[in-house]
Amino acid sequence: MSSSNRSWTDERVEHIIGSLLRDGVMLAAGVVLVGGIVYLIRYGGGRPDYQVFRGEPSELHSVSGILRGILSLHSRSIIQFGLLLLIATPIARVVFSVFAFALQRDRTYVIITLIVLAVLLYSLLSGPVG
Amino acid sequence: MNVLEFTLLIFAVSGLAGFLGALTGLGGGVIITPVLTLLFGVDIRYAIGASLVSVIATSSGAAAAFVREGFSNIRVGMFLEIATTLGAILGAILAAKTPTSALAVIFGVVLLYSAYLSSRPEMEQRAATRADPLAVRLRMDASYPGPQGPQAYHVSRVKTGLGLMFGAGTLSGLLGIGSGALKVVAMDHAMRLPFKVSTTTSNFMIGVTAAASAGVYLNRGYIDPALAMPVMLGVLLGSILGARQLFGAKPRLLRIVFGLVVALMAIEMIYGGLSRRI
Repeated sequence: MSSSNRSWTDERVEHIIGSLLRDGVMLAAGVVLVGGIVYLIRYGGGRPDYQVFRGEPSELHSVSGILRGILSLHSRSIIQFGLLLLIATPIARVVFSVFAFALQRDRTYVIITLIVLAVLLYSLLSGPVG
Repeated sequence: MNVLEFTLLIFAVSGLAGFLGALTGLGGGVIITPVLTLLFGVDIRYAIGASLVSVIATSSGAAAAFVREGFSNIRVGMFLEIATTLGAILGAILAAKTPTSALAVIFGVVLLYSAYLSSRPEMEQRAATRADPLAVRLRMDASYPGPQGPQAYHVSRVKTGLGLMFGAGTLSGLLGIGSGALKVVAMDHAMRLPFKVSTTTSNFMIGVTAAASAGVYLNRGYIDPALAMPVMLGVLLGSILGARQLFGAKPRLLRIVFGLVVALMAIEMIYGGLSRRI
């Protein structure tokens, strides 16, 4: 507790982060469920095939591809969008932390948090690496 | 078996895994990969992708509760996440270059070790009497809600903790697991955080660590929506129900039985990898 009269106390930040995580997971689960039901109605009678690894088609393995698939209401794209929301939930927590630390005037932790955010965004948006 | 039956079966098994994982504290995601590969013949890369997604769901869900109660040390978590996320990306890249049989063997060994760690009684480490100067500079010393009001604690050996966390992140990215057990070891033994703080802070970090490798997995096509859907929903539902049953106490017999099941699967994974069946 370095500065005395800040309204953004650690407790308040913790409370907001808690709600953010819970709501993000619930929203993601809801979207995945909707996509899953549509998928099962359309393809429930087919044969499952996961024994041989082929990798997902391009419209399911990039952020832009998934967003395009959503517009054409593909069931697998809807599920993948839900999973993307799930991945985005901890990232949103990090984004919020940047602002929270900034409001607390905690420069060291703003920098630390920005480094983590940069690593996360690199992983998600850089395409296949390595 | 058609897609509908397969999906419902995976959902039920994942629910059970999530339930037992939450009850025993071992986590549900860790046994999803062996179940999918050994019982359902799923390629280990799809299994790892689905498991990783369920790890994000359960850890974020659980972290939501713990953070609000004030147990997690957000500063410690945030700082160590630099190491875990970089490790996770490295692990996810390595996963693509490692033969599946080798992945299975490494998975089995880590699983065996996690089962061993969780079977031991939870020993409270001697509290650190003075803080690492780096921890003071990073304002990590904090307090947590104890029976007699807030309990203050110090944080020691920050650099060692950071190094161990890089390793935990790498394993997480390589195998699609939370590697919560390893994170707790790093924070317990090296940094001397109180047990409740290290467990909940580890949980808090798992989501971000897994999100880092999930990005790489997604880009490589490891995350199949139709497979990840029942796994994620099942594990999430199961772990919510399991956590409701829990109230802090962990049923001892159940832990032993579940630990044995996990150990058995670990050995089967190692055998499958060595005999090149996986």
